[in-house]
Formats: sequence, structure tokens, C-alpha cells
Amino acid sequence: MATVKDLRGDQPTWCPGCGHFSIMAGIQKAIVQLGYEPHEFAIVSGIGCSGKVSEYVRTNGFHTIHGRSVPIAQGVKMGNQKLKVIASGGDGDGYGIGLGHFVHASRRNIDMSYIVMDNNIYGLTKGQTSPRSEHGFVTKTTKEGNKEYPVDPVSTSLVNGATFVAQAFAGDIKQMVDIIERAIEHKGFSHVNIYSPCVTFNKINTYDFYKERLTKIDEPFENRDEALAKVRELDGLVTGVLYEEKRSDFQDKLGIDFDTQSCANGEMDVDLFHRVEKQFQ
Amino acid sequence: MRQSIEWMVGGQQGEGVDSTGELFAKTLVRYGYSVSTYKQFMSRIKGGHTNYKIKATDTRNYYSGDGIDILLCLDKETLTKNGVNLNEGAVVIQEGKEILVEVKQTDHGTSFTEFTVPLKKIATDLGNPLAKNMIALGISAGLVELPVEVLNSFIEDIFAKKGEKVIASNKEAVLKGVELTKTHVSDQINALSVVPVSDQLFISGNEATAFGSLMAGCRFLSAYPITPASEVMEWLSDELPKVGGTVMQVEDEIAGICFAVGASYSGTRAMTSTSGPGLSLKTEALGMAGMSEVPIVIVNSQRGGPSTGLPTKHEQSDLNQMIYGTHGEIPRIVLYAATIEDAFYIAAEAFNLADKYQCPVIVGLDLGLSMNKMTVPSFDPARVKIDRGKLITDEEAKEYGETHFKRYRFTEDGISPRPLPGMPHAVHTTSSNEHDESGYISEDQTNRIQMMRKRLEKVRHAMIQEPFKYDDNGGETDIVLVGMGSTYGMIQETIKQLNEEGVVSASHLHIQQLYPLPTDKLEPLLTGKRVVTVENNYHGQLLQLLKQHMPIHNNAEAITQYDGDPFTVRTIAKQVKELISWQR
Repeated sequence: MATVKDLRGDQPTWCPGCGHFSIMAGIQKAIVQLGYEPHEFAIVSGIGCSGKVSEYVRTNGFHTIHGRSVPIAQGVKMGNQKLKVIASGGDGDGYGIGLGHFVHASRRNIDMSYIVMDNNIYGLTKGQTSPRSEHGFVTKTTKEGNKEYPVDPVSTSLVNGATFVAQAFAGDIKQMVDIIERAIEHKGFSHVNIYSPCVTFNKINTYDFYKERLTKIDEPFENRDEALAKVRELDGLVTGVLYEEKRSDFQDKLGIDFDTQSCANGEMDVDLFHRVEKQFQ
Repeated sequence: MRQSIEWMVGGQQGEGVDSTGELFAKTLVRYGYSVSTYKQFMSRIKGGHTNYKIKATDTRNYYSGDGIDILLCLDKETLTKNGVNLNEGAVVIQEGKEILVEVKQTDHGTSFTEFTVPLKKIATDLGNPLAKNMIALGISAGLVELPVEVLNSFIEDIFAKKGEKVIASNKEAVLKGVELTKTHVSDQINALSVVPVSDQLFISGNEATAFGSLMAGCRFLSAYPITPASEVMEWLSDELPKVGGTVMQVEDEIAGICFAVGASYSGTRAMTSTSGPGLSLKTEALGMAGMSEVPIVIVNSQRGGPSTGLPTKHEQSDLNQMIYGTHGEIPRIVLYAATIEDAFYIAAEAFNLADKYQCPVIVGLDLGLSMNKMTVPSFDPARVKIDRGKLITDEEAKEYGETHFKRYRFTEDGISPRPLPGMPHAVHTTSSNEHDESGYISEDQTNRIQMMRKRLEKVRHAMIQEPFKYDDNGGETDIVLVGMGSTYGMIQETIKQLNEEGVVSASHLHIQQLYPLPTDKLEPLLTGKRVVTVENNYHGQLLQLLKQHMPIHNNAEAITQYDGDPFTVRTIAKQVKELISWQR
């Protein structure tokens, strides 16, 4: 039985107090509490402070490129249907450069979890506005205040068919671990947006900011419309599992008896060759 | 009796030009002939001139030919656009109000027989207006005395679902065509000699590439539709699910490569297929595969660039992108089949090289090679054996006794033993950041230098079975013509022609492994010779590549063409002659 210690990888280099520490711990704890071993997981991360999680949580990890953790993670699952797959990244990674993939992953419903560490800013590049920065947000690149409005992540996955949509807060580890566990166990694409305060560059969306404003919900809404209405009503400041739907995932729907990994050294399959060759004769 | 035939059907897109051409080609194949084809088409669904060119010979050929013996015109443009290529004594079949046979001359003074036939009317009288192309095929078959039974067997296949009546009317249309030939243009009949039927396949470069990939054990392809590469994805969509694999058409080109890299990381042989614009989009992820040492096969079928360029036209202008594309420096292997036959083996070898060297392998194709079918001797499945390189089992990983397996272990050959995620004794980190042996981020300079050397030197000795084809044409020659991809047949025929004319003797080098370039083997063939590359791009990218690696600067030129059409023997021969006279 693995312990949290077994899931410790490289030494984290995040700023002291960064919300990402809690999320890393949340992922480790969820894996342990569910009784999995490190080798059963692949964590695929993007680029940014959040991208380092694939090295800090000791499972199989793939630290990829900016915005592409979601398509790569889906590919991992297509290649090995037995692996538990988590994609992880930040708000810039997932809702900026990689937004397209997020929408398509939501509608495709491959069995994996997507955990976004949402700090409403670009941290690793030292404090530029992000697609999640609020209107009027002042940064080095928006000195007169952000003239755009933020992406609404949970509404996006809700509208586009994700079968598990949740939101958590790095300052509430108990609820977060519970949500991550449920996301991991959900069969299909599960999206978890986690508010993760950047203590260095974001002086607006702090721990206190969230503590004062977040509303917790205990039970998922019956349908997408109710979930969407609540998100809108609370301006996104809501935590809990917003929606969960049991539906066969993408791989089930394909109905293929997967045999992708048996390719071994030796001769080509001559029977297959002759069977296929016929169509060109 | 004739030993060869050059035939073309032309018409508006959507008129069945393609299917008519393919049917005639298959008939010639079944009759035992070696057939090469070329399809001209435009970037639209309906309308616009399109044509299907066939050259069939009793000995093996690799080129669809410069000329036309029989031109089947389904629209007025066919003759205007292609009349210039008619061979002396050609027959042109035209739709018209009534049957008419006239001897005419082209603007270039080539005489031909124009056989006008009310195809549509005759087909309507037969009760099936759609069978007009079949009458025309019957005329074509009649002109070379092809047995109608061969055509009929295909008709039975094609219209199997439409019922006996449709089959019967189409067969009748073919017979009618043959009869029209005998009645009105019997003096034009020149039978094709009978050849022994051999075991040959009629296949396109895309199909051969996909087939080779399937046989190499590829079980996952993710891609985005793009001309002229889509058929790779389409063909595998049918075949992969039968063997437990799958094709995914994903949201964009970037996802195309990323899904495949993910699947390959988890141990499945995986690929993506694209064309130039897609490769541009994939280059960051290509770099990731190189840096993180994940095997991946990328098929790039080139078309007319740059940008959207000439999306349905032929070009060979992605050489630089395939060899250099992506920021920073990565290990990679770039292959480019000379013929459709080679495309099968090269695709299969690409997967071996990707696994063996744990790096991206780009399989170059071009529109000419990708979309056109040719007869090839059936492939030999024993020629390429599956080699998964340093992939290790959990048992083997366990012997290292590491809590966190060192994925990027330094080794003598730079290639690290590779476990797969999911193995209990091999939890490991894969990374596109610079990393140490454990896969963890490292900015240490000593480590950086070692890692760069490990990655970039490991592919130095990578070599496919046939990195190039070389024909010294029987001895010392005046020049060496160098090509890549689908120019193989044209260069071969040009050399033959120049030789026969006594103009110049030339040897033929066709390079199939562009990177790493097999310089040691190529240098003795090129240094001290007059080198002339033949390539479909503006800059002479192949020439530049050769110059970069070998001391041939004072004696090398490029013959280039970038108008969207493939070379003809005529144009290459003309330019070779010009080059030669210019030097004298």
C-alpha cells in the first residue's frame, strides 16, 4: 500500500505559500486514499509553475509543452487503456494557449482527469495577465487594467459535454481531496478547476479573497442548466462537484477490442499481410 | 501490336473522371501491364478541369508518361488543355451530336484522329444515361483490343449493390463502345500485346505507407484531414480497428501529433500524417518528441506551398522544414521514398528507427507519390523485421533497483533503456524541459552538455536498408542526376532518352535518407562529378543540402520546377541539354 511519502518526487521549487503545494498534496493524498500505486498513474503536465507537478508527484510523469497536456494525456489513455491518466496545468496553459483542446476533450469524454491550477495570472513569466484575470486587473501587460473579461472554465466544460465538472479551492484541502478522488474514479472526462492563489504576483485573488467569497455546494446539480445558473449567479465563485453524469466513455463507444501494446520484436504478421494485400490485387 | 499505351480521360470535377480512369487502369493491370497514373485535380468539389493519366507498358515503368495515345474528352477543355501532349497518330474521343471521324492537326503539327460520338444519347437509348463513360471505356478498350471480360469483372464489383439491371446496362455500354470502334475507326485499332500476368499490386503511395505502418505494428494514428495526406488516415480508419487499434481524427494538427506522442509514450506504436501546413503547426511538438526522446512517426506528404499555397498541386519544398523545422536542436531522422514500393518498406523501417533511436522519424512523401497509383511487385513482409529497440520489461527494469527509474540514463550509444508507464518497477519521468538522468528539470551546465551530446549524437549512425538508389548507367558518366521522391521514374526515363540520343551519359542517384545524410557513401559518387539535382522547389533545397555536406560547390546545379505540375521527361531533358551546352 503506497503512502504519501512514496508519491513524493523532485523537490518543489514553488514560492512558499503557493496554492500549488496544496493541490500537489491533494493529488498525492487522493491517490493514496483510493489505494492506487504510483506506477498505475501517468500525470501529464503543461508549462508554467503548475507544469512541474508531473515531477513533484512521483507517478509516471510527462512534462510536455505549453497548452498540450490535454491532447497528450488523451493519447496516453488511447495507447494504454489501463493507465489512470491525469492532465494538469495552469489557467494560461489550459484556458489560453490550450483552450481548444479543453473544449474538444470535454465533448469527447475520454476517461481521464483534468486538474487546472487556476491562479488568474501568468506566474512563471513573472506576472502578466491571464485568460482568467478579471476585468480591470492591472499587470505588466495591462497597465491600464485588463480590458477583456475572463474565460469561464466550468461553464465551458459544462456546455461542451464534460461528464464530470467540479471546482475546488487550494485553501480547503479536505473538500479538494474529496473532489479529486471523485474525479479520478469518474469514468469519462472529469474537469476540476482549482483556485490556487499566486502569493507573489496576484494581490487580488488571495486566500482571503476566496475565503470571503466562495460558496460550497454539497451535491451535484441534477442537470447542466441548474449548474450553469448557479455558476452564473455566483460569478463562478462556487466549489464542489457541480455536475456528474454516468455515460459510456469514448473508448467504450468505439467498441474496439483494444490490442495496441502487443507489438514485439520479430517477423511481420504474414497472415495479416496476405489478408490486406488482396484489396490491392 | 503495341507494347505500351498512354491514355487520358479529362472532364469536369464530379463527372466521374477519377472512377473512369481508375477502372481503365485496373483493367490494364489485370491484363498484366505495368501501370503508372497521375491525377490532376483542383481544390473544389465540383467543376474545374480534372484528368487522369495512365501509362501502361509491358515492362515495369515508374512514370505516367509525357504523351497521349488515346484522349477521352468528357468536356471541351480536355483537348484544349492536353492537346499539346498528343502523340503522333493519337485518337481523341469527343462527345458530339453525331458520329464523325476526322483527321486533324494540333497547333504543333501533330496529327490525330478525332472520333466524335453522341455518348450521352447512345447511353440514354441503352436505358442508362449514366453509362456514357462506359461507352467511352468500351471505345478505349476496342482501340487496343483489351478483352471486355476484364472490364466486365470490375463492373460486376463496382455496381454489385445497384443490382443486375445496372450491371447489365453498363456491360452493354462497354460492348457498344467496342462495336463503335470496330464499325467507325477500325483502322485505328492497334492491339496491346499479351503479357504474362504477374503477382502485382496496384496501389498509391499513401496506401503503401499506411500498409507498411500497419505491418510494422502501428496501432494508433491521430491526424487532421489535409490534402494530399488524408488517405493515410482514411485507409487506416478501416484497417486499424480490425487489429485492435484505432484512428482518431482530432481537433487540429497540433492535437494530431500530441495524441500520437501520448500513445507512443505509453508504448503503442503511433503515428500522425499531414502535409506542409500541418507540419508547420506540429513543429513544437516535434521538438518535444526529440527532447523527451519519445518515438514518433510523422508522415508528411508535400504539396504546393507556402502557406495554403497550391493545396492540390505537387511540390517538394518541405525539405528544409522536415530537416530543420522546430526551435533548438533535436535528434531526428528524415526519410523520403523514391517509389511507391519503397514507401511500404520505409514506413515500416520508420517505426523501427523511431523505437531504436527514441526520436521523431519523418516520412516524406509528395503529392505525386501520395495520390497516384502504380503497379508494384507484391511486397515482401520478411524484408523488415520489427525491432523495438531498447524497450525493456518490468523484470528488466527491476534489476536496476531504482525507486525512480532513470529514464535518461547515460549509455555508451546515447540511447537509454526505455520502460513503459504502468510497470511496477519503472516509475519514471519524461520531460521536454532539459533534465538530468532521472528526468527531473536540470539547468546544470555539465549535465546540459552531456544531455545534448547524448541526444544529438545517438542518431548519427542511423541507416535504413536502402538509403539511396544509384544507377551508374553502365560506367563512367558525364553527369549525375540527383532526385528524391516521385521524380524517380521521370529521371530514369530522361537518362535513357539522353543516352539513346547520344547527348550525354548520366548516372542516377535518388536519395531516400535525407537526414542523417549518408555522406560517407554519397561522397565517392558525387565528388569530382558534375552534379545536377532535379527537384520541385524554387531554391534547390536538395542541392543546398548536398552542398552543405559535400565538396561539390563548383560543379553542381539544380533543375527546378515549382508550377504545381510534376516534371516531364521532356522538360528535364531540355534543361539538361541547356546546362550542358551552356558550359561548353
